[in-house]
Amino acid sequence: MFKILKYSFYDLARSRWSYIYFLFYLILALVLLFLNNDLSKAVITLMNVIIILVPLIGTIFGVMYYYNSREFTELLLAQPIKRSSIFLGQYLGIALSLSFSLLFGIGIPFVIYGLFNSGAIWDFSLLLLTGVFLTFIFVAIAFTISLNNENKIKGFGYAVLMWLFLAVIYDGIFLMSLVIFEDYPLDKLSLLGTMLNPIDLSRTLILLKLDISALLGYTGAVFKQFFGRQLGLFTSIFVLCLWTVIPVLRILYKARSKDF
Amino acid sequence: MGTEVCELCPVKSIQQAIAMADRGDTIWVKKGTYQEYNLLVDKPLTIIGEDYPVIDGEDQGEVLRIVADSVTIDGLFIINVGTSYTSDHAAIRVVKSSDFVIRNVVLEKLFFGIFLEKSHNGEIYHNRIIGDAKDEYNSGNGIHLWYSNNILISKNIVQGVRDGIYLEFADSITVTENVSRKNLRYGLHFMFSNNDIYTNNEFENNGAGVAVMFSKHIQMYNNLFRDNWGTASFGLLLKEINDLEIENNVFDNNTIAISVEGANRVNYLNNDFKSNGWAIKVRGACYKNLFKGNRFLHNSFDVSYNSRINDNLFEGNYWSKYSGYDLDRDGIGDVPYRPVKLFSYIVNRTPETIVLLRSLFIDILDFSEKVSPVFTPDELVDRHPLINAL
Repeated sequence: MFKILKYSFYDLARSRWSYIYFLFYLILALVLLFLNNDLSKAVITLMNVIIILVPLIGTIFGVMYYYNSREFTELLLAQPIKRSSIFLGQYLGIALSLSFSLLFGIGIPFVIYGLFNSGAIWDFSLLLLTGVFLTFIFVAIAFTISLNNENKIKGFGYAVLMWLFLAVIYDGIFLMSLVIFEDYPLDKLSLLGTMLNPIDLSRTLILLKLDISALLGYTGAVFKQFFGRQLGLFTSIFVLCLWTVIPVLRILYKARSKDF
Repeated sequence: MGTEVCELCPVKSIQQAIAMADRGDTIWVKKGTYQEYNLLVDKPLTIIGEDYPVIDGEDQGEVLRIVADSVTIDGLFIINVGTSYTSDHAAIRVVKSSDFVIRNVVLEKLFFGIFLEKSHNGEIYHNRIIGDAKDEYNSGNGIHLWYSNNILISKNIVQGVRDGIYLEFADSITVTENVSRKNLRYGLHFMFSNNDIYTNNEFENNGAGVAVMFSKHIQMYNNLFRDNWGTASFGLLLKEINDLEIENNVFDNNTIAISVEGANRVNYLNNDFKSNGWAIKVRGACYKNLFKGNRFLHNSFDVSYNSRINDNLFEGNYWSKYSGYDLDRDGIGDVPYRPVKLFSYIVNRTPETIVLLRSLFIDILDFSEKVSPVFTPDELVDRHPLINAL
């Protein structure tokens, strides 16, 4: 498995797209910090970008890589290698290389601008942690979708639709249900609603750390009570882990029974 | 004529000195500690402390009660005022008197600080009131005025009490250059008090900020409202107010900078709203208000409205979220600005929806509402937004 991971990783590390992705984050973070020197303000702006772009890029890269390396995969399948290690290796290879692009792309400018001496370091670490989680989650989901669809166009379509659903449509449904049930106590529902979507969960985690919680009023008190405690943080990380592990298990299950 | 009070003098207690003094005398209290309470000043006197003599009330009750006109209290350090839920013990209470001056007084471990009751034409100058209040129900106010007119409250520092400065039925009061911070409830709280002027004060980090209710003809200039941050906090709460001038104030980092309910003919001119959750939250029944020349910088919501009726005018403000252009370069944007976002309208209706703050869906929603307003008041628009924040 590690050999395949290494091959996929080096293959991607050499590819143009990883560099473009890395450079994009590098330039974005540099420009942000250049325009305002305030690290914690930059964290908020970056959050908006990360919450939307990381899942999108993870999804598209995942699908693209799977379909492009299909012939190589078939070649590997002909070798005496366990199927699970082939797919797991590929998955980890791409997720890791994307994560590294993200970490270095954003990390380097922040370190240059004095991250280690600022109070924003924990917020920033949380931002990177959720970014990495989102990468792993969405690459896994993208792999699952492409494994299930032989047709490239269909696979792409479903993957983008999945991203669109989690990033935009889910919030719309969430909003509608909150407005429709406004006569009932909603704090539990809103807590559940954020827990069920990795993008919403990441956003809430970071926002609460950045002290926007006072805006949330009574709901904020409930959220702060939940997320502010150790238990809440661990629960959220556990939910993010579930979001990663379930699609990966699905990949392994599918890969075992799939007829190539 | 004067009497000296000290531990080795013939006169050893303030009570004795007051009893011996004639009208218009001066009592000099030397440095030392005096365990005294329920001191009654019933004739015109000047009591001056030298090097802050400590008057320890030993939690027994009120310390100084003034019931005569023309009394001056200067330079005392009063501690350990008793707590009572029936008689509101104060460090210094002025009852039905006029022409008094209370200055350079330091109050600590108090229940109520300076309490004026039906007293007029006085001055409360340069005092320092440091409380250690923990709960609202068993703490008192720093400077408390009740049915008192023509008072100057100036250069005081009040912190750690329930309400920093409290005015009820107090007309023609000038409150200037005070600092009121870290109080449990309000930094400044006034009700049924008309024709008052507030200038150059700082209200910082109070439980709920500043509350102004049921009053008219008020002027507030150059005040600073800062860091009133919490789930139920605001910088300034206006409720049932008529004819108020709010000019050149700074509202920085408050959850709600100004919360307005039932306020008419209020002019908001040249104020700065910086990094607040809500800059202006209008809850209803507000007519003929004018917002002109204000700067709205990086607030999560600039203006929030809960109805579609608008009778207030926004004109020539600077909005940091404004994205229009200025082709003729006259400093005024060519495209009108709509300060009310659809999301703030939704949040008003269903507060829980704020968990979706900064989500992509909300941005799309706000954008589409901006292009064609359906839910937000049509005419609530700044037709001449400024391009630069001067």
